Parts: sequence; C-alpha cells; structure tokens
Amino acid sequence: MQTLIIACGALAREVLALIKLNGWQHMELQCLPADLHLRPEKIPDAVEAAVVAARGQYARIFVAYADCGTGGLLAARCESLGVEMISGPHCYSFFEGNDAFAARGEVTSFYLTDFLARQFEAFVWRPMGLDKHPELRDLYFGNYEKLVFLAQTEDDALTQAAQAAAQKLGLVFERRFTGYGDLGSALDHGNSGT
Amino acid sequence: MSDEEDDLILDELDDAELVLQMHDDLYDGMSDEIAEAVHILLKRDWTPYDILTKALVEGMRIVGIDFRDGILFVPEVLLAAGAMKKGMHILKPLLVETGAPQLGKVVIGTVKGDIHDIGKNLVAMMMEGAGFEIIDLGINNPVEDYIDALKREKADILGMSALLTTTMPYMKIVIDTMVEQGIRDDYIVLVGGAPLNEEFGKAIGSDAYCRDAAVAVETAKEFMARKHNQA
Repeated sequence: MQTLIIACGALAREVLALIKLNGWQHMELQCLPADLHLRPEKIPDAVEAAVVAARGQYARIFVAYADCGTGGLLAARCESLGVEMISGPHCYSFFEGNDAFAARGEVTSFYLTDFLARQFEAFVWRPMGLDKHPELRDLYFGNYEKLVFLAQTEDDALTQAAQAAAQKLGLVFERRFTGYGDLGSALDHGNSGT
Repeated sequence: MSDEEDDLILDELDDAELVLQMHDDLYDGMSDEIAEAVHILLKRDWTPYDILTKALVEGMRIVGIDFRDGILFVPEVLLAAGAMKKGMHILKPLLVETGAPQLGKVVIGTVKGDIHDIGKNLVAMMMEGAGFEIIDLGINNPVEDYIDALKREKADILGMSALLTTTMPYMKIVIDTMVEQGIRDDYIVLVGGAPLNEEFGKAIGSDAYCRDAAVAVETAKEFMARKHNQA
C-alpha cells in the first residue's frame, strides 16, 4: 500500500534522497510550494487541501512539515485531519535532531539548510527587500551573532554559498553537518519512531 | 523622482497638500522629505502634536492597512517606519515641552529566548505616536525584567512580543508569575507576534492578542478608556 508524503518544497531533495537511500518504493512525494515558508499562516489551509484531495487514494498520508511558524495551528489541523506530521518547531530543529537542537538553546543564531544555502537570494535576501535596500540589513539581523549552516550533505559549493551568505549578513559563520536528522525516522515511522 | 524637473518643492504646497504629500512620502519611506516637511509645518506654527497625529501617525495608519491587506510587505513597512522615526526624532523634544496628551505607560519587550524586535519596535513607535509613554526593555527578557519594570515604572500596560513558536509559551510564564504575585489584574496585558493568534492570547491569560501595530494602539486605547471608566 502506498504512502503519500506531503512535504514543504524546501524538503524535496532531502525526502527524495531518503526514499532512494532506504528503498522506500511505497512512498510518493507531493510538494507544496517552498515559498509557503515565507507565509506560514497559509500552510494549514494548503496542507488541508492536499490531504483532502489525496484522501482515499493512499494507505497513509504523512505531512512533512514541522510547526514551521504556524504557532500550533498546523498540528491542530493535522490532528483534525487524522494525519501525522513531523515533531518539532522547524526544519532547523529536526535536521539537527529536535532534542539536540533544543539542548543547544541558541538564541542569536540564524540558520541555513542546504535548501536555504542554495536559495539564499530567493528565500532570504530578496523577500526581505535587501536587494533593493541593503541598509535594512541590520534592522533584520543586528541582534544575530552567527549564521549556522546546518548541512544535510557534504557539498563544498553549498558551504561556500552559506559562507558568502554569512558575510553578506555580517555574521560569523559556522558549519554543522547534520545529515537528515529526525527526518528519516519521521517519514518511516511517524513520530512514534522519533 | 530622479528628474530634477519632477522634484516637488514641499514649501510651495499648502498645509492640506503638504500633509497628503507626507502620507505619500511616509508610504514610500522617504525620510529626508519627511524631516523637511516636519520643519516646514513647525515653521507654519503647527503644534508638534498635530504634526505627529495628522501627518505621521495617520500616514503610518495607511501603511498599516496596506500591510494588513497584503499590498505592502515588511521591507516597505520598515522603510516607512524609518521615515516616521526621523520625523518623530524632531518632534519628540518639542512634544515634551508642549505637553502632548499622555494616554498611559507601556512596558514592552520581546520574551526570553527571542531576539526578534522588528514587530515590537513598530508597536512601540506607533504607541508612542498615539500618546503612550514607552519603556522599551528590548529583547530576550526574563520574567523578572518585565515585573520589575512594571512595578518600578508604575506602568498601565505590559506588551510582550515573540516571533518564534518555541518562545511564545514564555508569555504564559510571565502572566502566571504575575498571577502568583497577585499583580495580574493591576496591568493590561497585550501580546503579539507572527505565530500568535487570538486563541493563544486567551489561553495564556492575556487581555488581548494584537494582530499588528495599529490593532495594538486601538486595543491599548480601548482598555485604558475602560480603566478610566472603572476608576
């Protein structure tokens, strides 16, 4: 029986990599636009529409989103729809591992994942208007101290891109290799496996 | 306005035109033009309070509406706020001298674990513009900071802000501590921030969740009016 993974577009590569790596041939991936990341209030409705459209066609539907800035509204929606989602506040947390991320208790770090390092201009720099108004940079980032690149893969080009992003934002750079963190076990077992 | 011949001479506009132009300039985040227009209105014997309310606050109110309706986004609002700040910087000392009306005192800050202050700063600025005295505690505030400031400043309102799902529950810790100390009902507690919603505001025991800076100002005014009616 097939499982449908309804995922944030920012996780597409990672979910596909895990499906391939683990030979999960029973899993199908459907991505929602990654730019919902910038408008979290729209995520619950978008997820619900995808779940309702797919209902009855799959043995299991799993929502590959964490809370992602919805303030608990996505969790409530998933519960009412009877589908599971990823535990934790956001992808930065579950890539590092929710427990490890919480234990660090970092307050002044800005995070990039592989996706965000690759798409820094489209998902950070331009939406914040920094391409047109670089003078706003310190209003956004003045309270941050470092940019932490949570790397899912070993990729020198992405590390360089993340480092360049840190420089552009005026932040100290740190790279942490996380791999896929809690994502794999969440996809495979739901949250009972995490 | 790159062509010199298109440049508007602000001083040549009459008062009503100039105020409308200031609304446009605020909307476009043109801080130098706002500063110039403020000086012109002062020269024309406008009171600082009228300049603040009729030109700056009203201009930002329009910006706020278009932000709420998805016409403007955060960068444009920040630029507009920067322009308003420049105007307020000129007016602030004059407002003190001329004794502008004071609506109440607000202690405001971002909660512990959270360093995001864009929304909080906008609310503080708009509340100040509306006539509230602002005690801004900045970012990453533990419960003691809020409670000490409320008592020390004899404040009327506590405003708490959070941007993160992980930090917004801290607002409940602050409110619960106020309840434990028997001071919860001495203050109006307003909360705000991107991941919050009305249900959350109610669940943690705040008086109101404020969706944006304009709502925060109106809500604060409403609660202060009720407080005065009860007194």
